[in-house]
Amino acid sequence: MSMQSMTAGSGEGSAFLNAIKHNMREYGMLISLIVIMVFFQFQTEGRLFQPDNLTNIVQQRGYIVVMALGMLMIIVSGHIDLSVGWLCGFLGAVSAILMVDYNMPWYLAVLATLILGGAVGAVQGGAVAYLKIPSFIVTLAGMLVFRGLTLYVLGGRNVGPFPPELATLLTGFFPEPLAKIADPFMADNMLSPTSLVIGAAVAAFMLFSAFRARAKAVSQGMDSEPFVLFLVKNLAIVGMLVYLTYLFSSYRGLPNVLIIMGLLIALYSFVTTRTTVGRRIYALGGNEKAARLSGINTDRLVFLAFVNMGVLSALAGMMFATRLGWATPKSGDGFELDVIAACFIGGASASGGVGTVLGAVIGAFIMGVMNNGMSMMGIGIDWQFIIKGLVLFLAVFIDVYNKNKA
Amino acid sequence: MDALLEMRGITKTFPGVKALQNVNLTVRRGEIHAICGENGAGKSTLMKILSGVYPAGSYEGDVVFEGQVRQFSGIRDSEKLGIIIIHQELALAPQLSIAENLFLGNEIAEKGVIDWYETNRRAKALMQKVGLKESPATLITNIGVGKQQLVEIAKALAKEVKLLILDEPTASLNERDSQALLELLLELKKQGITAIMISHKLNEISRIADQITILRDGTTVETLEAKGTAIDEGRIIKGMVGREMSDRYPKRTPSIGETMFEVKDWVVHHEVHPDRQVVKNVNLHVRRGEVVGIAGLMGAGRTEFAMSVFGRAYGQKISGEVRLEGRPIDVSSIPRAIDNGIAYVTEDRKHLGLILNEDIRFNVPLADLEKVSTNGVIDPYEEVTVARKFRERLNIRSSGVAQLTVNLSGGNQQKVVLSKWLNADPKILILDEPTRGIDVGAKYEIYTIVHQLADSGRGVIVISSEMPELLGICDRIYVMNEGRFVGEFPAAEATQEKIMAAIMRREEA
Repeated sequence: MSMQSMTAGSGEGSAFLNAIKHNMREYGMLISLIVIMVFFQFQTEGRLFQPDNLTNIVQQRGYIVVMALGMLMIIVSGHIDLSVGWLCGFLGAVSAILMVDYNMPWYLAVLATLILGGAVGAVQGGAVAYLKIPSFIVTLAGMLVFRGLTLYVLGGRNVGPFPPELATLLTGFFPEPLAKIADPFMADNMLSPTSLVIGAAVAAFMLFSAFRARAKAVSQGMDSEPFVLFLVKNLAIVGMLVYLTYLFSSYRGLPNVLIIMGLLIALYSFVTTRTTVGRRIYALGGNEKAARLSGINTDRLVFLAFVNMGVLSALAGMMFATRLGWATPKSGDGFELDVIAACFIGGASASGGVGTVLGAVIGAFIMGVMNNGMSMMGIGIDWQFIIKGLVLFLAVFIDVYNKNKA
Repeated sequence: MDALLEMRGITKTFPGVKALQNVNLTVRRGEIHAICGENGAGKSTLMKILSGVYPAGSYEGDVVFEGQVRQFSGIRDSEKLGIIIIHQELALAPQLSIAENLFLGNEIAEKGVIDWYETNRRAKALMQKVGLKESPATLITNIGVGKQQLVEIAKALAKEVKLLILDEPTASLNERDSQALLELLLELKKQGITAIMISHKLNEISRIADQITILRDGTTVETLEAKGTAIDEGRIIKGMVGREMSDRYPKRTPSIGETMFEVKDWVVHHEVHPDRQVVKNVNLHVRRGEVVGIAGLMGAGRTEFAMSVFGRAYGQKISGEVRLEGRPIDVSSIPRAIDNGIAYVTEDRKHLGLILNEDIRFNVPLADLEKVSTNGVIDPYEEVTVARKFRERLNIRSSGVAQLTVNLSGGNQQKVVLSKWLNADPKILILDEPTRGIDVGAKYEIYTIVHQLADSGRGVIVISSEMPELLGICDRIYVMNEGRFVGEFPAAEATQEKIMAAIMRREEA
């Protein structure tokens, strides 16, 4: 059939529209995040983008992003993990007890907690992957067990404070050996030079690799989005990055949590898009039987996804507890809901095989900005839940609606 | 006779592709009208417009049913007028009874309370019409595909069908069930039910159709009239492919070497019922450069045999030995079987072969990702290069390698699955029903690929329910029945009669 000639015949304009259509999800989410940010910026009379508040959001919500990365892998593989909230709380409590009650060196305690997280993930993952018990049930049981364990190990106490080394690592800021410099744009504002340089370097690197990848794709004759869209998208991302860096550096510099998050996001983006393991997880979620018949060890992948989730929950648990200063019997309550919502707002499909790291991260930030913004506006916790629920529903509704129309 | 249905000047465009261009179709009241065409010719698209899946406004042209232009906004609108479509993949609830399925969404109920007595009475009457002797309480999962097809037709009758559309109704049926189904269609015709049948099985079409409309590349080529005699198959093929196809199987002079692949004393037990043997002491060998066929009826145990050899993908309590090039090889898991040079191309490409929501580029390298990666990191350019290579080599018709496989036609999907396995570079390739549900032109292409594979020093095993196909492309044919190999013929000596006789002998004994 004369398909080639038809595609060739369609003009530049329709290619432009097609590209927008195909990347609707990606653009749509970015635009939603920006719209939500701008909305709260106005509603809070500019407090949202205050450097200290921005730093706050990152430090308060970092654990959600970390767990969303693990949850994305589980959802893409066609499963769900309801236990992560209380697992996160339980592991935070364990780390606190090891460090405070048993005086274990902080680095050993961190290692032990991460390993315990992996082991717990292995038990749940083993039950799902090898015993073939539905993940919904396994992790629902896990959720109850970890909730009980959290109460049991803490015995109603708050355990803390954490050793200062760990507290600095997880709640501190990137070292700024150089003296602050004056802000050329705003009087009475001092900037942290190291953070600025790091931010600018990351932005430059991202722009450079995007251009290099595009140049190679074009030279190989691969389908690529129109140049204008490519430019707008990348400049928007890089611009946002530079602006945020500027804001951070005018407060206390880059929070360490942000750097940990950045590294993890880069790692998981790479794993999901560029490695054989990532590819196989998408294949498994898209069609498990076909993946298995293609020689993919689907059981092991599911198992590993849960182990990974356990380790990330451990990290998230420690991040949350150190930020709070204490491990408390209430830490972990409802975290799983924010994490799962972040993935679905970010475009992951409940039936597996679909979802991106970038989407999950944007989803987590949308939830974070909404939490923060609504609190500052003085909206009660009751309405916050209602609004978050509606936003989740709306995001998935738009997604499904667009897919059915296509 | 007057026209029951007229589709006038139908044009349907998808982004970048014109699927239908000015298609005309006239179906007369009380006839069986066949629609033929290669994969991607637009048959399914046309039927989706007719049944309202693509609503009015999303296409150009008119659908005229019983003399009026109709604007369907969904499948319910067309069903209300008695246009009922039966898809290739049956839409029955397996855990419900026949009676429940017959009236699904159409229950005989008062204020929401089902009248089971009346339901069963009517179900029995409907089942009698289509020749089903089961109890209406039998669960769908407990009857065979052939009977499930009959339930679908009975379901259509329950909705007072005026125009019955069947999409590849016999694709997954064995010979006997297919015959029964065709007889039923002729019987329904006598009762005044008009039918549109899409099929790739030309012998069936030429037997029962009154008119045949041929589509090619989204346009109507011609409509052939039966006029009391069967339409010549060669004539239909000419219309479909646009040229005379004198030979449906490519010619080849095999060069066969030493024995390279052997399966000895292979025993497999049923996946769910461990006391049932589904493969009983099978011995098979394939020589280098040889195409070996396995003939047999549906349920003979051919797929079970093939999948159990392919890394125990089926069954339990498996015993026996597999040897490749003189040495015993480990086929205890699928990855090991692949590593040892075995590939299995499934009969069910949609459920077992493809990741449908991903594109060609994703699917092609999947069985051997090492080829496009170093240390577990995929090279996206290499990946596209590989996908493009196979797209060109196997002539996969698509808008590019970024097209989702769910949007490809059956034949092109099959080529993507084949590409996936060719990329893994196997020594032994097992093809299970490689041409099921695909058109004549694509079949020929697939036969050619099979021959090329054999000629490149591989061994090929072809499982097929179409005997002419096995006779046309194989060098040697095993006959399987009830879990055993009951015959073996060199291609030169094999005939359909001999194969059937081998099967029957076994059944009588």
